[in-house]
Amino acid sequence: MSAELPFHEPGRAWPPAPLIFERSRSGRRAGRPPRPDLPVPELPDGLRRKRPPRLPELSEPELVRHFTALADRTFGVDTGFYPLGSCTMKHNPRVHERLASLPGFRDLHPHQEDEAAQGALELMWRLQEILAEIAGLPAVTLQPAAGSQGELTGLMLMRAYFADRGEERDTIITADTAHGTNPASVTMAGYKLEKVETDARGNLDLDDLRGKVDERTAGLMLTNPSTLGLFDEGIEEVARIFHDAGALLYYDGANLNAVVGRSRPGDMGFDIVHYNLHKTFSQPHGGGGPGGGPVAVRDTIEPFLPVPRVVRDGDAFRLDSDHPKTIGRVRGFAGPFGVFVRSYAYMRAYGPALREMSETAVLNANYVLARLKDVYDLPYDRHCMHEFVLSARGLKREHGVTALDVAKRLMDYGIHPPTIYFPLVVPEALMIEPTETEPKERLDEFVDAMRAIAREAAESPDVLHEAPHGRPVRRLDEVRAAKQPVVRYSFDDDPALVG
Amino acid sequence: MSYLSITDADREAMLEAIGVSSVDELFEQVPPGVRLGRELDVPPALGEAELARHVEELAARNVHTGAELSFLGAGVYDHYVPAVVDVVLSRGEFLTAYTPYQPEMSQGVLQAIFEYQTVICELTGMDVSNASGYDGCTVAADATFMAKHARPDRTRVVLAETVSPQVRQVVKTYARGFGLEVVEVPHDGGTTDPDRVAAAAQDAAAVLFQQPSFLGCLEPAPELAEAATEAGALAIAHVDPMSLGVLEAPGAYGASIAIGEGQAAGNWPSYGGPHYGFLAARSDFIRRMPGRIVGETLDADDRRAFVLTLQTREQHIRREKATSNITTNQTLLGLAGLATLSWLGPAGLREVGESCLALAAYAHERVPLEPAFDAPAFKEVAFRTPMPAREVVRRARERGVHPGYALGRDYQGMDDVLLVSVTERRTVEDVDRLAEVLEEVCS
Repeated sequence: MSAELPFHEPGRAWPPAPLIFERSRSGRRAGRPPRPDLPVPELPDGLRRKRPPRLPELSEPELVRHFTALADRTFGVDTGFYPLGSCTMKHNPRVHERLASLPGFRDLHPHQEDEAAQGALELMWRLQEILAEIAGLPAVTLQPAAGSQGELTGLMLMRAYFADRGEERDTIITADTAHGTNPASVTMAGYKLEKVETDARGNLDLDDLRGKVDERTAGLMLTNPSTLGLFDEGIEEVARIFHDAGALLYYDGANLNAVVGRSRPGDMGFDIVHYNLHKTFSQPHGGGGPGGGPVAVRDTIEPFLPVPRVVRDGDAFRLDSDHPKTIGRVRGFAGPFGVFVRSYAYMRAYGPALREMSETAVLNANYVLARLKDVYDLPYDRHCMHEFVLSARGLKREHGVTALDVAKRLMDYGIHPPTIYFPLVVPEALMIEPTETEPKERLDEFVDAMRAIAREAAESPDVLHEAPHGRPVRRLDEVRAAKQPVVRYSFDDDPALVG
Repeated sequence: MSYLSITDADREAMLEAIGVSSVDELFEQVPPGVRLGRELDVPPALGEAELARHVEELAARNVHTGAELSFLGAGVYDHYVPAVVDVVLSRGEFLTAYTPYQPEMSQGVLQAIFEYQTVICELTGMDVSNASGYDGCTVAADATFMAKHARPDRTRVVLAETVSPQVRQVVKTYARGFGLEVVEVPHDGGTTDPDRVAAAAQDAAAVLFQQPSFLGCLEPAPELAEAATEAGALAIAHVDPMSLGVLEAPGAYGASIAIGEGQAAGNWPSYGGPHYGFLAARSDFIRRMPGRIVGETLDADDRRAFVLTLQTREQHIRREKATSNITTNQTLLGLAGLATLSWLGPAGLREVGESCLALAAYAHERVPLEPAFDAPAFKEVAFRTPMPAREVVRRARERGVHPGYALGRDYQGMDDVLLVSVTERRTVEDVDRLAEVLEEVCS
């Protein structure tokens, strides 16, 4: 192992973390639910559970230690720098957790009568208004649960819009840089997929596009700035091509954090937009979720929005399902309300200075880019927006060191790796998104680590091939995991637990 | 207020390093025609104290379950959320991490998801669970998408009318894109007739039923699963996790897929979300599962380790051929479920179920209204009201009691049916109070 580990804590001991089932002992327990002094009715024989579920049996102290041990083996934004491209891993203000836990929100039943949920409905209505202004589009549904469900909702809206006009269109166009969710959503919505290429400057290739848009085209799905972190300089012409063909434009809001207050998707020509509340508006990512994926639309598409919708009548707010042309419901109730509380609070904290949020995200990304482009390959030599993509192909060619090696080595410097091997159009891609909440010192530490790793690649590549060295586990056998899937605990080797 | 960390001096140094004189230069790639040449028209910024006051004022205008005696259920339930859940939700490492793409950085959350998957499999009697879906509605749509691929020659999906109306609505919304026709089987006295299911399922890819049903009744679930399977359709059981200490596991009566709304196990009502949906299946379907799945493997030193696995099903690898488009899911809410179910253990879960059964039976006997259905109940009982149930709700709320859900909101011909829900948090005295109030407002 190399001696030059400027930010590594050498010799950190990782205590063992047994599975919760291995901590379990028959007869031990924590919770004792209330039991009314009433007879328990007999259940019909076929409906009564025969064999109890083998849930863990732990006392509360052991439960708390278990989850604390697991938290210790997890790295979050609170732990350190997390430049995971396209995921916008910004700081999550703690006041949000306090506000979402207010009894008036947390303990509010979703079937409560509208007149007894006016505060919640008003918050949702106000959130819709702010989102509409940010997108530059008039109507918003908050219902979709995450970005990919927002995408699917957007495609369903296109289908309903064209069906209402009696037009048969069956193809959606996506960029070759698109997130995998775009093509997956296209299939789930029952559309065919067509891909368009990226040109030498990182914009959509307009010649390729013109040859593919016709009367069968329902629309475009585009992330702008793209997953390369570049704003599409031809976006006005792109919109013209689709609108001239009677097709629609869908804006994938994954990268909205670059342009809030600077440029609005509606003004760019997009007809349908989704937001990722867990990216741009700081709903914590929760180890994988929850998220929120509201969708904004142009007035021509408004009649098709999911129900229920939150509407205002004078000073009162209500849920409204009376929209005969609606695509229907896409999830339960009116959306992930707790997420709305957090994102609303985030927007209210910034106000019009949301623009500075995006400007600082762009500044931070360009600063890191400027300090790294002499040691890593830069496939598109432009200023970036809120993120950028480098390539480790030079390190691979000269030293046999891959993007994966760089990513794993960053862990030893106490930094979460960037997104790697995406977008697919860049070989050995390292997709880096610092976000606006990071101070310059953290950016400098990252730059220093990335430069040190480039030196290590030349001097001691094996240190990189074998990284990480300071985490609770070393590299994993992922092939074994997929070929012989073990996706739940087997109680077989634990006789104390066999039920 | 903002959460930015860059000082004026930092900005100057950074602009110099970039080689530009202003941030505006960085935005020159945005064509002039699509720039917003004005300030955003949004409410002014608030400091943390003012923000807290503003949001607290909004919260205070809601009537939450602590402010009235509530018997509302109908899909979201007031079960106790133990304090150990706070340990999970307040740890910044869980709260502020994302999908564990880099397993060496994320062993803790990966192990927790593996434990969650095991607990869901144990509850449902299934072999494989994903890391969660959005909610109890969307997992139903996911399950029908699995069935479409497992039974590619079939184009229908059968829904029992006793399945939650919202679940059915979401399945219908998705089914258009899947190319599936939705057929609904009406109920007979609150439950579903297996013979009707058998007839409807003849050319169906799947049959979806709910146990206990949305109307509060215990369905003949084993017979429904058998009717589906014999017709060559997948049996999909939508189950209440808090019932599975006393009610039979779907895996034990032959269901192919078990799904459900996880809220009752570890999540607050929160006006409808965020919660988690769970989806578990028999091992035959492991490569058709939607979403994230964590698997066990070894690291380079042969230590046990956990990793996202079977990723060739997923959108970031398989793209348009993926089993689902789901990416962000409900991991944190699922971990709250793991903490809650571990806090209860097998004995606690059984006791919760017994308390629900006992209180539902007591309400059945004590409430001075005619039960709408004869079938046995788990934790919800439907009663006939002598006036529209929504009017009963209005009058009872004036007396500080929310008596339940007016089923006429979803079911034609049920304007006079009230669905009363109990959990282990209600007491005998609470049910007595409900009975008194219903007596007053209905007479």
